[in-house]
Amino acid sequence: MLLEVAGLTIELPTPHGDLRVVSEVTFALAGGESLGVVGESGSGKTMTALALIGLLPEGARTSGVVSFEGRNLLALGEHDKRALRGDRIAMIFQEPMTALNPLHRIGAQVGEPLRLHRGLSRSAAWSRAVELLGHVRLSNPDRLAQAYPFMLSGGERQRATIAMALACGPKLIIADEPTTALDVTVQAKILDLLASLAAESQMATLLVSHDLAVVARHCQRVLVMYGGEVMEEGPVAAVLGDARHPYTRALLGARPRLGAALGARLAAIAGSAPGGLNRPPGCPFAPRCPHAADICRDASLPVVSISRDHRVRCVRLQAGDLAW
Amino acid sequence: MVELLLRRSSSLWIGLAIVGLVVGAAALSCFWTPYPPAALDIPHRLAAPSAAHWLGSDALGRDVVSGLLAGSRVSLLVGVIAVGVGLTLGVALGLIAAAAKGWVEDAIMKISDFAFAFPALLMAILLTATYGPGVVNAILAIGVANAPIFARLTRSAANGVLTQEYILAARAAGRGPVAIAFVHVLPNIAPGLIVQATIQFAIAILAEAALSYLGLGAQPPLVSWGRMLADAQPWLYNSPRLAIAPGVAIAVSVLGLNFVGDGLRDALDPKLRARR
Amino acid sequence: MLGFAIKRLLLVVATLAFASAIVFGVLEVLPGNAAQTMLGASATPEAVAALSHKLGLDKPLSLRYFDWIRGALQGDFGQSYAYNSDIASLILQRLSVSAPLALLSMSIATSIALAAGVYSAERRGKAGDAAIMAASQFGIAVPSFWLGILLVLIFSVHLHLAPAGGFPGWSKPARAFAALVLPATALGLVQAAILTRVTRSALVDALSEDYIRTARAKGVSRRAALWRHALPNALPPILTIMGLQFANLIAGAVVIENVFVLPGLGRLILQAIGNRDVLVVEDCVMGLAALVVALNLLIDIVVAAIDPRLRAGRHG
Repeated sequence: MLLEVAGLTIELPTPHGDLRVVSEVTFALAGGESLGVVGESGSGKTMTALALIGLLPEGARTSGVVSFEGRNLLALGEHDKRALRGDRIAMIFQEPMTALNPLHRIGAQVGEPLRLHRGLSRSAAWSRAVELLGHVRLSNPDRLAQAYPFMLSGGERQRATIAMALACGPKLIIADEPTTALDVTVQAKILDLLASLAAESQMATLLVSHDLAVVARHCQRVLVMYGGEVMEEGPVAAVLGDARHPYTRALLGARPRLGAALGARLAAIAGSAPGGLNRPPGCPFAPRCPHAADICRDASLPVVSISRDHRVRCVRLQAGDLAW
Repeated sequence: MVELLLRRSSSLWIGLAIVGLVVGAAALSCFWTPYPPAALDIPHRLAAPSAAHWLGSDALGRDVVSGLLAGSRVSLLVGVIAVGVGLTLGVALGLIAAAAKGWVEDAIMKISDFAFAFPALLMAILLTATYGPGVVNAILAIGVANAPIFARLTRSAANGVLTQEYILAARAAGRGPVAIAFVHVLPNIAPGLIVQATIQFAIAILAEAALSYLGLGAQPPLVSWGRMLADAQPWLYNSPRLAIAPGVAIAVSVLGLNFVGDGLRDALDPKLRARR
Repeated sequence: MLGFAIKRLLLVVATLAFASAIVFGVLEVLPGNAAQTMLGASATPEAVAALSHKLGLDKPLSLRYFDWIRGALQGDFGQSYAYNSDIASLILQRLSVSAPLALLSMSIATSIALAAGVYSAERRGKAGDAAIMAASQFGIAVPSFWLGILLVLIFSVHLHLAPAGGFPGWSKPARAFAALVLPATALGLVQAAILTRVTRSALVDALSEDYIRTARAKGVSRRAALWRHALPNALPPILTIMGLQFANLIAGAVVIENVFVLPGLGRLILQAIGNRDVLVVEDCVMGLAALVVALNLLIDIVVAAIDPRLRAGRHG
């Protein structure tokens, strides 16, 4: 197993007290596998991703174990974490327009990880960068390498950041909403590119997104998060086709449907996501859950196994009170 | 409203306290000072601090404390009026530039750009030296010299406001440009102008001090901190405190104003605070 | 790049032309005749007329203006009647004091500002940052000429480490340098306070940009991210403000030269004003204006060299 996360908890210090943004998150990712992490803003999905690459905000406190290639990432010093970043674990972010340094040429930026981790000379890194730019299906890679970021479109910049992330052949790539800021037509292309590149080199992918459709199309497994906790986890077909958790079901029900009756109201989930402060005990979704009972507000969330690899965390499901 | 501002920024509190102190000193000096500030007392010159002269007396027997109190009047007066002149001139030019657009706007901006090559002090030195030293000329010089910065600020802020829809609505309703300027544009750009005005006030005090030091500012019998420093320089070996007190007065006043400016900026624009 | 430089150069020429007109206008439209003032109130009308004619004061304004400009462009800045020498050599001689003073101040200011600004930005929100910000608050509140007086008090009067004023001439380079240390420090410290705040603020802005996060995700260390990625992006605003501050530095130098009795351009201007030596004042002021404008031009070019977006004509 390439990556095993066990009981990951992240707390951020704020002037008003400690904010628990991620609570007891547990999942695993095998080499070459792709896992989608789905949730709304504030669900803790980005923080989880940042914890893996070791770029949590200053002062963040973590507990639990994040085991990558047998080493606990949370226990590593900054020096060791830096050695992994960009080399064994890579991350790409949401905003391609601002992700690149405006003053450095593309070729230099794509080649930077190679100079850092492989000790390549400037010219060697540059030629490898040109190859990589071709690999992510950018036309005229030599000319593009000479260019500055402001000369490229959003889609081109995102391909360049992918090239940059793949430079050292990482075992795990984390993509945090990589296509949210792009045109719809470009989105699909970028995600397909990512998937094929991952397949080529047996690279594991962690795709963080708020968009169920994206995850459905491009991931093998999915993790649904809410309020910093895992709600449901399993193969995409199982979780999306046979959702067990009330939150997942509500999410699926909230999608606008083609062919629905005109004037039919969009099913929205009432209420809003919890802030991290003064969190009541029990299930974070309880305030908004149509099936919530008193027991949901007291007990901590158990893990209910629906099948070998499909797990849900819901008190009432465990008690067998809900049926579907 | 004021309470809300004060609660948000501690700089504002400290700054206002300091500025209040200086204003208080100036007000007090209108009615009472330990001695008449310009009164010579040669037999008691260069006296050390004592009950009679709390901070001692200078080379001509003038009481230092009285000088400090009276000097605050000149600094504040020059500051307020010079900034007032600069503000009026600058805002008018800026509004005209923003409203007229085209070559008028370009011309006004080029003039103010050029003016940046001539800092307030240099222009003030030239003007007071040409037309004669004195507090009035100093005020005019500093005032004209800080108009460009207000013009630039007004123009860019006004441009931002003029693109808003409520301006279009006002014009459609038949409001004339002057009315629009006063009712719609000015209130919206006021916060930025107020912050800049406090900064310019501080700069004006420094400029006035330098001018007076050079002998080009307030003339005797008017007392000015800068002049006190010039008078103190030959006596550095015997009575160094004469050179310290007026400088501290200047620095404290400017510091207070800077705090007020910073505090106002923090309080009026929460976006800027978040990053710091 | 060349087109950019040429456009800027044309702007500089236009600015200087405009500046010269203003300077000439202000100084020549004097209340009262300069010749009259030089000779005193008791002079006879004939004497005044004679001196006026000798100084060319009876020619029409526009003619005098163009004579001045033409002469300056040919290197002839006219004669100073008070010093009885040609102004060009007078200015050059004074520059030999003022230029090193300005350069030394700027060096002191930039080295302190860079070090302190980077230190502050790295430790943002912590004790070190707060201390530096507090110190810079004092730095910008203090008049540079008072700082000069205080430095004289400490280092000359009490410690006897540096001269209190005067300039021995460059024939004795060590002592000449020693005479410039205190004045340059007074000017430099005040400038450093301003520039430190600017540097810190520009760095903090740059450090919060997304490309820093990308760099860290690639394995770039925090320190390398600051120096290689953030600092180059922070330089354009820092350099631009340095250019704007240069005019203030010159103004401060004029006063400081009087504090330390240094025979530089600042002192020359003030003395010439006192002597009603109008031509000297005009030439000096124009010289300073040209210097400021030229420096800002240089900075614009350097900034364009750093930021490729400016070269392409797009807003950076």
